[in-house]
Amino acid sequence: MRALVTGGTRGLGRAMADALLADGYEVVATYVSNEAAAEDARGRGIRAVRCDAASGEAVQAFFSTEGDFDLLVHAAGFTRDKLMMMMPEADFDAVLGVHLVGGFLVAKQAMKGMIAKRRGRIVFIVSPTALVGRAGQTSYGAAKAGLIGLARSLAREIARFHITVNCVSAGLVETGLTETLSDTARAEILRGIPLGRAGRPEEVAAVVSFLASDRASYITGQVISVDGGIT
Amino acid sequence: MADLLHEIKELIINSLNLEGTTPEEIGDDDPLFASGLGLDSIDALELAVAIERTYKVTIPDEAVGKQVFSSVKALATYVSENRAQ
Repeated sequence: MRALVTGGTRGLGRAMADALLADGYEVVATYVSNEAAAEDARGRGIRAVRCDAASGEAVQAFFSTEGDFDLLVHAAGFTRDKLMMMMPEADFDAVLGVHLVGGFLVAKQAMKGMIAKRRGRIVFIVSPTALVGRAGQTSYGAAKAGLIGLARSLAREIARFHITVNCVSAGLVETGLTETLSDTARAEILRGIPLGRAGRPEEVAAVVSFLASDRASYITGQVISVDGGIT
Repeated sequence: MADLLHEIKELIINSLNLEGTTPEEIGDDDPLFASGLGLDSIDALELAVAIERTYKVTIPDEAVGKQVFSSVKALATYVSENRAQ
């Protein structure tokens, strides 16, 4: 069984790559710029391949050399948080490009092999921001909400081929992405979490691992929140 | 061309699991979808993947797909014009 984790060399993506490796998958992770993280992942047995998910050409080239996957986890992405009035259009485009357009591009290629095999699993990593909103995250919130809509419709298109499409909504998890939060933003988020703490990457990875398994064969088009109770 | 037509009919039967249908029962000009074989646009996805993989021919969008999947003959023509040599 082969798994592709976009953005799988660091942060949440890396935790999922590690979990899938432990589940016995052959794991390919994509990354864009962090060579040190890619080297570290390679040292653990993850095949790290440079590919920008936001580029249709790069994604197509990636699939023509890397082949088919049984599981796709789209975790690639970054944030460029700003109040919307102060947000350049280029930032909005870039954030939508990697999360939403990237999700479309990788799923479009990955589903071909899954249709041919009549089995597959697609998981998009989303965020509570898509469900409840957060000031400063209009681009990220729109991108993640877009992925949820994409997943629900795609789930209906390819259900016949025994391919499930789901979203895992990860709350505040201690990763590189959350290190960019200001102390006040972090304190404010923590106050709103019923479980009173940030999540651990492996707590999100466990749900992805479950959705990838045969035990989750009757779940599709869903958003499963792993957010300490925020939503 | 006759060989390719027959080959594509077999591909259609195999990839869409049309057990009990023989290549001879599929007319060269029969529409593949809606009427004809009674296949729908979701079945077309599977056929598109099979065509892409067998002949290294991509069906780039729905408009092309509609034309290409209008009949076995249209499909065979598209494949022979675009396949990797």
